Amino acid sequence: MTREFIGMIFIVLGITFDFFGVLGLVRLPDVYNRLQAATKCVTFGSAGVLFGVFIIQGFNNFGFKVLLGIVFIFLTSPVAAHAIARAAHRSGIPLTKETVVDQYQEDKELKD
Amino acid sequence: MRLLRWFLGLLFIAAFLYGNFFYYQGIIFYKLINVILFCSLFVLFRVLFGPSPADRIIAVDILGILIIGLLALLGLVHQQSFFMDIGLIWALMSFIASLAFAKILERRDLDD
Repeated sequence: MTREFIGMIFIVLGITFDFFGVLGLVRLPDVYNRLQAATKCVTFGSAGVLFGVFIIQGFNNFGFKVLLGIVFIFLTSPVAAHAIARAAHRSGIPLTKETVVDQYQEDKELKD
Repeated sequence: MRLLRWFLGLLFIAAFLYGNFFYYQGIIFYKLINVILFCSLFVLFRVLFGPSPADRIIAVDILGILIIGLLALLGLVHQQSFFMDIGLIWALMSFIASLAFAKILERRDLDD
C-alpha cells in the first residue's frame, strides 16, 4: 500500500513535467529554446513515470524491463538532443531576435 | 490578436482538464493516460506546422519519449509486461531515427 502511494506520487509528478515540457515545445520562439524545454520531458518526465511503475511493480520481470528502459533513455536522449542542436546550427537555422550571445558562431569564425 | 490566442489556448487546456478529471468516469490510470495523449496532440501540432525541419525532428523525438511513458502505464493497468518490450524497441528506433535525421540535416553522408 505504501509502495503504491509513493509510486503514484512519482507518476503524477512525471506526467506534470511532461505536460509543461510539451507546453514549452509549443510556446517558445526558437529551435534551440524549444529543444531546451523539450528535453525536460525526458529527465524527469517519462523517466519519473517509469520509476513510479518500477516502484509499484518491484523486482519482477516487468520491473527489470522498466529499469532497463530508464537506463536506455538516460543514455541515448542527450546524445540525440546534442546531435540535433549541432545539425540545426550548422545548417543555418536562424536564432531568435532576443539572442544575447552565440559563442558557437564566434568559435567557428575564430577557427576560419 | 496575441491576447486572443492566449485566451483560446487557456480555454482549450481548461476544457480538457475539466472534462478529463471531473466529467469522465474512469479509473485514475486512464485519466493519466488521457493527459499523455493530450500532450502528444500538442507535439503533433509542432510536427505539422513547424517552421523549420529541426522543429519536426525534435517533435518526433519527444513523441517517442511520451509514448514510452504511455506504454509503461498501459502495462501497469493490464498487468502485462510485453508492453514494455514495445517501449524499448520504440526507444531504440527513435534514437536511431533522430541521429539519421540530424546527419541528413547537416548534409553529411550516412557512413561518415
